Amino acid sequence: MATQQVESPREAAETPEAVVVRFAGDSGDGMQLTGGQFTLSTALAGNDLATFPDFPAEIRAPQGTLFGVSAFQINFGSRQINTAGDAPDVLVAMNPAALKTNIAALKPGGLVIADTGAFTKRNLDKAQYESNPLEDDSLAKYDVLAFDISEKTIEAVKPFGLGNKDALRSKNMWTLGLALWMFDRPRDPIHQWLRAKFRNKPDIADANIAALDAGHAYGETAELAGPLKQLTVPPVPSAPGLYRTVTGAEAVSLGLVAGAQLAELPMFFGGYPITPASAILHHLARLKEFGVTTFQAEDEIAAVCAAIGASYAGQLGVTSSSGPGIALKTEAMGLAIMTELPLVIVNSQRGGPSTGLPTKTEQSDLYQAVYGRNGDASMPVLAARSPSDAFEVAIEACRIAVKYMTPVMLLTDGYIANAAEPWKVPDPAEFEPFPATFLEEPRGEQLLPYKRDEHGARPWIKPGTKGMMHRIGGIEKHQETGNIDYSPDNHQAMTDLRKAKIENIDVPDQEVSLGETSGKLAVVGWGSTFGPIHQAVRKARAKGCDVSHIHVRHVWPLPKNLGELLRGYDNILVPEMNTGQFKTVLRDQFLVDAQPLTKTSGQPFQIAELVTAIGRYFDGIEGNEGGEVEVNRQQLPTMQSGHDDGSLRRETSPQSQEHSS
Amino acid sequence: MNAPVKIETTLKDWETDQEVRWCPGCGDYAILKAVQRTLPQLGADPANTVFISGIGCSSRFPYYIESYGFHTIHGRAPAFATGVKLANPELDIWLVTGDGDGLSIGGNHLMHVLRRNVNMQIMLFNNEIYGLTKGQASPTSREGTKSPSTPIGSYDHPARPAAFALGAGARFVARGFDVSKKLPEVLTAAHAHQGAAFVEIFQNCIVYNKDVFDDFAAPKGAEDRQLWLENGKPMLFAGDTKGIALDREALTLKVVDVADGDWEAADVIVHDVANRSLAHMLVEMPFGEFPMALGVLYDDPRPTFEEAVIAEREKASEGKTANLARLLGSGQTWTVDGTAQDPV
Repeated sequence: MATQQVESPREAAETPEAVVVRFAGDSGDGMQLTGGQFTLSTALAGNDLATFPDFPAEIRAPQGTLFGVSAFQINFGSRQINTAGDAPDVLVAMNPAALKTNIAALKPGGLVIADTGAFTKRNLDKAQYESNPLEDDSLAKYDVLAFDISEKTIEAVKPFGLGNKDALRSKNMWTLGLALWMFDRPRDPIHQWLRAKFRNKPDIADANIAALDAGHAYGETAELAGPLKQLTVPPVPSAPGLYRTVTGAEAVSLGLVAGAQLAELPMFFGGYPITPASAILHHLARLKEFGVTTFQAEDEIAAVCAAIGASYAGQLGVTSSSGPGIALKTEAMGLAIMTELPLVIVNSQRGGPSTGLPTKTEQSDLYQAVYGRNGDASMPVLAARSPSDAFEVAIEACRIAVKYMTPVMLLTDGYIANAAEPWKVPDPAEFEPFPATFLEEPRGEQLLPYKRDEHGARPWIKPGTKGMMHRIGGIEKHQETGNIDYSPDNHQAMTDLRKAKIENIDVPDQEVSLGETSGKLAVVGWGSTFGPIHQAVRKARAKGCDVSHIHVRHVWPLPKNLGELLRGYDNILVPEMNTGQFKTVLRDQFLVDAQPLTKTSGQPFQIAELVTAIGRYFDGIEGNEGGEVEVNRQQLPTMQSGHDDGSLRRETSPQSQEHSS
Repeated sequence: MNAPVKIETTLKDWETDQEVRWCPGCGDYAILKAVQRTLPQLGADPANTVFISGIGCSSRFPYYIESYGFHTIHGRAPAFATGVKLANPELDIWLVTGDGDGLSIGGNHLMHVLRRNVNMQIMLFNNEIYGLTKGQASPTSREGTKSPSTPIGSYDHPARPAAFALGAGARFVARGFDVSKKLPEVLTAAHAHQGAAFVEIFQNCIVYNKDVFDDFAAPKGAEDRQLWLENGKPMLFAGDTKGIALDREALTLKVVDVADGDWEAADVIVHDVANRSLAHMLVEMPFGEFPMALGVLYDDPRPTFEEAVIAEREKASEGKTANLARLLGSGQTWTVDGTAQDPV
């Protein structure tokens, strides 16, 4: 078939440190599923990895269209991996639209694997190609391996008597088989998984296994000239222990279950379907044996209100949503602040105002979390830095909520929610329990439902407790009795008490993730930018730059030493996937000259983008050739993400209804 | 659920030390007394009773009842109450809402608490006006109601609370009014119903919509304008001289004259609280031409939401143990042996 013979840098490196592979195809091609299974086999092979699923908002976008392309990128290697990788080494393109929307991201000299069977006139037209890129010279700077995957799949599954349409559904498994061969991955786990998935349809399981094996055999036996070579990526040396892959949505769910157990409370989860937060509702709905009640409410407001009701009745109330849903919950959060009841609110942030970019990632709800309520309504805010980190952060959110009788917001984002990474399974016994206590009789002669303990928390009194009847509500309360009290002195006192309670939360001191506690430049991040910032700082330091990485988990209240720490650096750069929100918080709290580096394309930062930005502060590295320059006070120009056409997408297809979990 | 233990209390036991802050003469006082009179009769336990409300005049109610109380936010009381009930199904919940709180800002939640059939008593105080915000027209205000927001008279069609509740799937719908001596009876029936029991209580806002229910609630001529429904009893009013019958051709209700108490001859309908079709006709029965249908219009229980939630949780947990360590280590896992080094 049409293979381009190009000198490839890949050929020299058959045992690379890290490889980035992107699977791209039509929404119906099952790319998320292929990616998910490839991730699993990669994890089982002992590589560290990070993934980035990128799919359209439409459930079944019209076939073959540019906006219907669904992609899954995985970066895996024999060293620590923190991001899904900047540019793919290998692009698997299942149709012309997938090639068109993804080719610009591929590294020069990278490998394209394309299904010629899908490069029909009709599909080329839909992808707005005037001529077939596999046949002209437009892909000259890449290695191209193009053959008829469709036909080979149909051939492989022929013995199972499937029609062509059904047979073609196994195309993704054929492709996965080839990928497994390329990277020397075991097929057994995928066989097992297919048998389990199609337990009730053994024919379909057999057909998919046949397709998988055929793809694998093709790699092994086909006498292919040039680019297709087997690569071995050795396992990353890891701490001994039990590992699994975990997505952020799974880790949040598990962390909430663990948090409720550590608090010795049943958990009540109120949710309403919204992308990308629904996965948490789905996970928790299957964990009823852990004392979890899940309630799919009539709307976002009812979801949070029911959770507050459950907290009032003595359970750990939890709700979860994304930006627009969080906006709807805002008034109820104010009530939870006013009535001082524990509550955990998970916000899986997505892009843009209003509906925005439902399936893309952003960090643009920080203002909403920190400042976004009526009245002086302070609430602790925590942010997870990666899928696995979300587990610990969810536990921390539960701890603060119960100890301080307060709602707590936990920020993740679309990237963290969907992406998977290997996770060293923690031992629950390693976490300090924080059992909730309920007041069952008055502490003095009189019942005082608002009299605070040494942490500023009011007592938790369950309705149903004899002799402890009292009333709570959203109207200003007397500072001890909790009776309605609008008097000027009381409101001043209550405002101060509520504020002090949050400010005095026992937030651990800020540490430096990488580098020194003072120096020329601190790159300060929060949330899912951890990975790219960490790698960029590592690279810059390797080049001799005096740059350190500070990653903030406790966004509100901020660690008490953070201001002093930041003042030890000459410059502070704050990369964020928003227009500079954390920068504002840092300036507001510490009067430091925090400089923004912003990106709002719906795509995570690339390491290279950050290395360039860091370079502007230093002499002699890329981005600052010719000497040290003034600090760039403007944000970087819009980054080229290469493949994001800005359309809204989401994928499900017959074979990709869910990620493996 | 276990049958709750009956507790002996008096009306006084249900009064709080808080000053009641409704306008003097407000119908809410009468409702408060009716509720405080009903609770001892029910043998209710203050420690096990929770009053939950939204926002509005009616929603101040929990502050004045010596039980647990939660004054929440505008329109959302049904959602809070659902969470409370799911967290502790043993609690006896009374929801207090109004026409604005329950049918305007909170219409969605009211609909869903009724269709889910969460076991609680829902009292909707209908005064056909926004009182606490100084007298704007509400979703139940009659067409032409003059108010600060509708100076020439309102022009939107009023919602009918009982019809709304029945349409949403309520299994218990009743009506009463603030000063009615029969209100405790209605509340007792609501309490006896297992599931969401909806009671519309007409309430006189003496400041912004004074005496708007006088047509049927004023003592004078009340007999002619009130149809008090009783299960198994003929639908008679006006000193048993009139009754409600079915117009078989039009498939509607009609008022018929009853001579010498012979209601059977006049084909007067015998009330059947479990007849949903009849309930639909009663909630739609237009006052004026007809008397106001009061008492229990519909009562036909079915399994409650919390029962279903508990049953599902038990079924899903069957044969499973809550082993967190095992859960964390589930799925496809791999082990790294002790010879490996720490990650770079």
